[in-house]
Amino acid sequence: MTGSEELIKEKKTIIEARNVNVFYGHFQALKDINIIMKENTVTAFIGPSGCGKSTFLRCFNRMNDYIEQFHIKGEILIDQKKIYWKSVAVEELRKEVGMVFQKPNPFPKSIFENVAYGLKIHGVKDKNFIEERVVKSLKDVALWDEVKDDLKKSALALSGGQQQRLCIARTLAVEPKIILMDEPTSALDPISTAKIEELLFDLKQKYTIVIVTHNMQQAARISDKTAFFYMGDLVEYDDTKTIFTNPKQEKTQNYITGRFG
Amino acid sequence: MRTRTQENIIETLLKFATSITILTTIGIIGVLLYETISFFKEVSIIDFITDKEWTPLFAQKHFGILPLVSGTILTTLIAIAVALPIGLTIAIYLNMYAPKGFRKSFKPMLEVLAAVPTVVYGFFALTVVTPFLQTIYPELSGFNSLSAGIVMGIMIIPFVSSLSEDALYAVPKTLKEASFGMGATRFQTSFKVMVPAASSGIIVSIILAISRAIGETMIVAIAVGQQPRLTFDPTVPIETITAYIVQVSMGDVPHGSLEYRTIFAAGITLFIFTFLLNTVSFWIKKKFHEKYD
Repeated sequence: MTGSEELIKEKKTIIEARNVNVFYGHFQALKDINIIMKENTVTAFIGPSGCGKSTFLRCFNRMNDYIEQFHIKGEILIDQKKIYWKSVAVEELRKEVGMVFQKPNPFPKSIFENVAYGLKIHGVKDKNFIEERVVKSLKDVALWDEVKDDLKKSALALSGGQQQRLCIARTLAVEPKIILMDEPTSALDPISTAKIEELLFDLKQKYTIVIVTHNMQQAARISDKTAFFYMGDLVEYDDTKTIFTNPKQEKTQNYITGRFG
Repeated sequence: MRTRTQENIIETLLKFATSITILTTIGIIGVLLYETISFFKEVSIIDFITDKEWTPLFAQKHFGILPLVSGTILTTLIAIAVALPIGLTIAIYLNMYAPKGFRKSFKPMLEVLAAVPTVVYGFFALTVVTPFLQTIYPELSGFNSLSAGIVMGIMIIPFVSSLSEDALYAVPKTLKEASFGMGATRFQTSFKVMVPAASSGIIVSIILAISRAIGETMIVAIAVGQQPRLTFDPTVPIETITAYIVQVSMGDVPHGSLEYRTIFAAGITLFIFTFLLNTVSFWIKKKFHEKYD
């Protein structure tokens, strides 16, 4: 995870935000954010509640579009493409930018149907292909051995940790480039959390991950880069090691040492 | 300060008020059963369910309930065929597409449809819908089940749309998010996630609507004619169970006669239908209610 700063610099830029300002009505939730994220890295967003980190995360797959009074200024580029252009199809964007939510939210369908959902809505008809992909995705999240005998069982019968891994498998099945995670372990017990963190190390080889977390240790353990948000500002963005050992801003220092937040 | 005695008096009054509804129900069932039993002492129950004619008021008496049942089923089916697609479309539109403010103001407006007196609907079926349908299909009889069924369908749209929308609204927002997050369109999310997740509530709404349609009286009494006929042709006059009960209750049939008792036999048939439907909906509600969290 560490000692790779030089390598990261050489990697391709996959997400770029330029002067992003976000408003909910008159309230400004994000102020002039600029950031660059590289391919196959894990970036953690940290900061106290209401600092705008989740709002920012949800800009990358345009999930904020459904909030009334939401509007955004500035540009977000994913793979060099401006995603807030009118001509962009959000459905296609979300195929590239998957999302895992705070609380496990499997559909009230079978385990198999949950993972196959993304492929089916994107028009994949080939049954063998779907089946292969479902198996592969379940293996990728280390859930296969636990569920291989009851793929037809309702996903709601799984435990919370299993449900969250299923939700990750569901996201992987359409092979996105980026996976956004909005506090994916905050509703889980420590063992399930550990399993998911372990999973992130493997996923990093193939995907770019952006994760919002309230858990400082988690950010330190799993991410290459950390961004600290406070009251709508991006206070500091640097290598995770630097943020946690030698932050440049006093606010960051205070937050990570637990003086506020 | 309330004393113990005051509390006791209040409790007794409340108990009394509650027991009135239960006693009324028991009383109604009791009267229905009593009159029905004396009816079946004179008419064989086999004839009642197999005879294809219902002519208790004629000289040549037949007591086959089938024509009334078929009339009831026919008008109900037409009503549901109208109310289900429209009601469900409205529910999905309100839940998935309409702006929040629109949903808030539109739902109460829609529910006004259910508050229109049914006699107005009946008149509307007879004097507006039937003449209009006759311009398209001139052979349509002046009294027919088609226009009554259509108008009844319009009347029960709010049952389907409102209760289905409640069911859709009760689906956790996180499922909608999950589906959108996968890149699903609103349409895909509606039919692949929301409707299946709300299916038990939607089915219950349909059953309640059917129940309402079966029991509907005024529209059919006015607009379908009073001609019991074992047919599924929607263009000819028929009669439903409810319409027959009205016809006899308002007519000059002497109390206590066999003709008079036919309405209790018809009434209990109706009661069995609605009771079964209510039981089924109750069972679905219990059995298929998805547990989230």
